[in-house]
Amino acid sequence: MALLEVKNLTKAFGGLMAVDDVSFHVEEGEIVGLIGPNGSGKTTTFNCINQFFPVTSGDILFKGKSLIGLKTHQICHLGIGRTFQVVKPLARMTVLENVTASAFCRVNTIKEAKDEALSVLEFCNLADQKDKLAKSLPIAGRKRLEIARALATKPELLLLDEVAAGLNPGELDEAIELIKKIREIGISILIVEHIMKVIMTISDRIHAINFGQTIAEGIPQEVANNPAVIKAYLGEQHAQG
Amino acid sequence: MKKNHLFLIILGILFLIFPLVIRSSYYQHLVIIIFMWVVIGSSWNLLAGYTGQVSFGHAIFFGVGAYTAGIFATKLGISAWWGMMFGGFFSMLVGLFVGWVCFRLRGPYFALATLAGGEIIRLIATNWESLTDGMMGILIIQTFKSKLSYYYISFVLAISCIYVIHLIMKSKWGYYFVSIREDEDAASSLGINTTLYKNISLLVSSFFTGMAGAFYMNYMAFIDPEVVFSLHYVSIMAILVGIVGGVATIWGPAVGAFVMVGLQETFRSSFFGLAPKWISQAHALVFGLLVIFVIMFLANGIVGDWEKIRRNVFRIRPSSSS
Repeated sequence: MALLEVKNLTKAFGGLMAVDDVSFHVEEGEIVGLIGPNGSGKTTTFNCINQFFPVTSGDILFKGKSLIGLKTHQICHLGIGRTFQVVKPLARMTVLENVTASAFCRVNTIKEAKDEALSVLEFCNLADQKDKLAKSLPIAGRKRLEIARALATKPELLLLDEVAAGLNPGELDEAIELIKKIREIGISILIVEHIMKVIMTISDRIHAINFGQTIAEGIPQEVANNPAVIKAYLGEQHAQG
Repeated sequence: MKKNHLFLIILGILFLIFPLVIRSSYYQHLVIIIFMWVVIGSSWNLLAGYTGQVSFGHAIFFGVGAYTAGIFATKLGISAWWGMMFGGFFSMLVGLFVGWVCFRLRGPYFALATLAGGEIIRLIATNWESLTDGMMGILIIQTFKSKLSYYYISFVLAISCIYVIHLIMKSKWGYYFVSIREDEDAASSLGINTTLYKNISLLVSSFFTGMAGAFYMNYMAFIDPEVVFSLHYVSIMAILVGIVGGVATIWGPAVGAFVMVGLQETFRSSFFGLAPKWISQAHALVFGLLVIFVIMFLANGIVGDWEKIRRNVFRIRPSSSS
């Protein structure tokens, strides 16, 4: 049984089919990339998985249990963490407080939550920034904070929404290292990314969508060479990948 | 930290002996009203300052508390002091309903909904004459002749309110409240049941505001809907106390209560009789100017911007230890 199974997922905003009959799955321990041009429905898929809005039709199964109709916070408790493409730092809290607040997902006392938060910050190389206000972090730090916060909820599956966007080459390598480290501690990852260097190096499988519909899936090399993908996306914008 | 504790203990002792030294019932009355506003302001601050749900309707809870105590005393013959507890409890019940309706909305829409709620309940209290005696109001007989008892009761109420909020803000609830204020969507994705915790914040806030209302009934011995459900004198005043003192600080509303009640009284009494009478009409104008000043120069209130005040007004550089 797959860890996450998305079956015929459809999400319509009025007459616009943002996600149209998309199916894919994530196995335990796997990194699956979700790619597609701007507006192809990647973030909408994420928002459907953690039930920010109700799906129009289709089903989403996590460890065999349907997520449809659950609340966002319940999905986090089940073991799905997520980051936001447009980062949402809890601006007027310190970095440590940000992560502590999310560590309360699994523990109840301040001490346990702080300890957990500190070890996660250590893991994400943010420990030296812990007393800074979240709003004072540069973009790379904020992206890391997003990941740290999601990790502190002890997820089994992590949804990463463009965590590498806006980073410089050095930061990019660090981000890739971090994602690999996360996989090593046994967390499966579904990642949305535009930067081909990231998605091609870390994904086990890639699922490509355009206009809400699946256009290709398979191992990175297959997808990169798929004519439909090149036409929709790589050929025009990121061919140098 | 130790210095702060010492300061608080000295302040506490000063307040304890204040009514024994200052025998004037007028000044005792002023401090009692200030204590009451410390409770209302701190409660408002828990919901609006820490949890980010700005309420324009705290008169709902104040009035319900006051009327619970009053109705218990006049209709059921139960001492209005029992009403203090029931007042808080009934306020919570009303808070549950207010939360159920208003938390469907966010930000300014929530604020407007609570504003409307306050006006609705004022009209209900005015027109439901069989229960509330409408505009006649409720008159009870004061339990104590001297102000001393009221002074200490309100003192204990204010201290307990601040202490409970302090404890809450140091717990998991506190982290959750502030997370919800900063970003509700992020909070829910971190496993925080935002609806539940917004309601918890509202319930604690309404409980203490209701207690303050019931205390007001006991102390003033007379209430009518225009006073206890007043948008101007309760809901807006609660916001002013919070903003002037310092939103999202433990001691802000306490400082705000002193400033606002002090100002209000200074104007109401035309600068204690020293200025011409017409100046008492100007207090709303001065409140308005004060809010503009605070928002422009002290956006975090007196407590929140204390360092800034020290630097610019007292010309004190922050010491190297701080």
